Amino acid sequence: MNLLELNHVSVTLGDTAVLNDINLHVAEGEFVSILGPSGAGKSTIFRLLTGTLPLQDGAITGAGQNSFAFMPQRDALMPWRRIIDNLTLGLEVQGVPRKKARAQVTLLLEDFGLECFTSHYPAQLSGGMRQRAALLRTIVQGRPVQLLDEPFGALDALTRTQMQTWFEARWQAARWTTLLVTHDVREAVALSDRIYVLSRRPAHVIAEITVPIPRPRLGRPICAQVHAIEAQLLETLLDQTGEKP
Amino acid sequence: MQRPVPRQAGRGLVHGIPAVLSVASAFVIWEIYVRLSGISPLMLPAPSRVLDQIMLNRALLWDNTVPTLKATFAGFSLSLTVAFSLSVVLDFMPRVRRALFPIFVVSQTLPLVAIAPLVVLWFGFDLTPKVLLVALVTFFPMLVALVDGYASTDPEIEDLMRSMGASRTDIFRSARFPSAMPYFFAGLRISITYAVVAAIFAEYVGARAGLGIVILNAKNSFRPDLVLAAVVISSLLTLVLFAATAMLQRIVLRWRDLEERR
Ligand SMILES: Nc1ncnc2c1ncn2[C@@H]1O[C@H](COP(=O)(O)OP(=O)(O)O)[C@@H](O)[C@H]1O
Ligand SMILES: [Mg+2]
Repeated sequence: MNLLELNHVSVTLGDTAVLNDINLHVAEGEFVSILGPSGAGKSTIFRLLTGTLPLQDGAITGAGQNSFAFMPQRDALMPWRRIIDNLTLGLEVQGVPRKKARAQVTLLLEDFGLECFTSHYPAQLSGGMRQRAALLRTIVQGRPVQLLDEPFGALDALTRTQMQTWFEARWQAARWTTLLVTHDVREAVALSDRIYVLSRRPAHVIAEITVPIPRPRLGRPICAQVHAIEAQLLETLLDQTGEKP
Repeated sequence: MQRPVPRQAGRGLVHGIPAVLSVASAFVIWEIYVRLSGISPLMLPAPSRVLDQIMLNRALLWDNTVPTLKATFAGFSLSLTVAFSLSVVLDFMPRVRRALFPIFVVSQTLPLVAIAPLVVLWFGFDLTPKVLLVALVTFFPMLVALVDGYASTDPEIEDLMRSMGASRTDIFRSARFPSAMPYFFAGLRISITYAVVAAIFAEYVGARAGLGIVILNAKNSFRPDLVLAAVVISSLLTLVLFAATAMLQRIVLRWRDLEERR
């Protein structure tokens, strides 16, 4: 069953055509990535889904506005709230009583490695930890679809690899239906069941690639199949950014 | 882009040592000058003489500090209440903001020297005109601080909250209001100093008691030593209020100190 479907979605901002006839879908339990160059319009798709931007053209079906939990590109943790109070924000907005919200968050703390940091302020956490907190804040909302906008994009290479490996394990255990936005080919191949490749702005889908590689894929020698898919994706991307030698 | 807001809030006495030293040496030089030149105390009293006057007139000074303090607090409370209520209205109605803001700007261009006598004329010699003048002077800085503060909210946090299904009121309470706190305290520290000056000036123009009246009477009886004694007390009063807001800021904005220490 498709939890989410975009049909012929186009967006123009001011005079700029940003999205041009986007078609994509996400099935229940599926991990789908949107891969595209910076400035293509990836975050714009999420703004449509979360209702920050009104839909102009086309249709979004399968899910109402309350079926998404959104993790913005920067972590958007509130610097004046302790981690625990950042983590309960979504539940608080849903009207869940504080005690119950905290209990719900507490169930996930250990999996996210945050059990010792609940009374810290965001500024006291490392980049990786902040990202974990932002992820937990997303997951704990209990929405059917997780929208993750470049969740590891701001991290240094080492931390990013660690976080991806950790996240893959978490995802394998929980199987959240996930739509991930990224410009990192490796990340897309490592985490996804399916990948949509976007063109440069105005963005449209130029390739849809299934990744039939068994999990876990990270933390082990990279197999030839992964290499082949990565090479194919890279070529597709470079092709349309016009930077192919 | 978030505009930087001064963060220091009376942090550490160590930072204060150079300031204390320079003030102290200014007083020493002043004292030496008065003693060596033999200038008349009717022209320029020595700091030691001013200090003597403070001790001699401490009952008088204290009795007149209380009304000034009352006017300051009452006026400040009034302006805070109005500024906050109005800032909320303006935040929810940007169109009203654009319509009203010019009026507030004009209210700030009115010279206190001209307005104070009129306000005293209209409202008499009681507390009311002082409260109104203190409120007039402090209202606008507080309003601007709050309105700017709301506008400084990280748009990504607002988008996040909207994605969670938050209402405009939720967003105001949980994101915009806390985001404005650093600005609020920056405004508070400036306003509190204006407030004391405004109260004293309002008394000077017309009152039954207050530091402004002490200054007026001392001036009229050619007592610069007593004028300066009252000035010292009013400075101390301002410093105490300033320190109190700084302390409050350190408690409320603890998260900012952490951020800076990184
Ligand atoms: N209000 C706007 N008016 C015009 N262009 C905009 C506006 N907002 C965003 N854009 C443009 O839309 C494009 C897509 O932005 P975004 O979705 O954030 O890209 P991505 O997330 O893929 O990096 C960018 O090139 C940006 O310049
Ligand atoms: Mg983006």
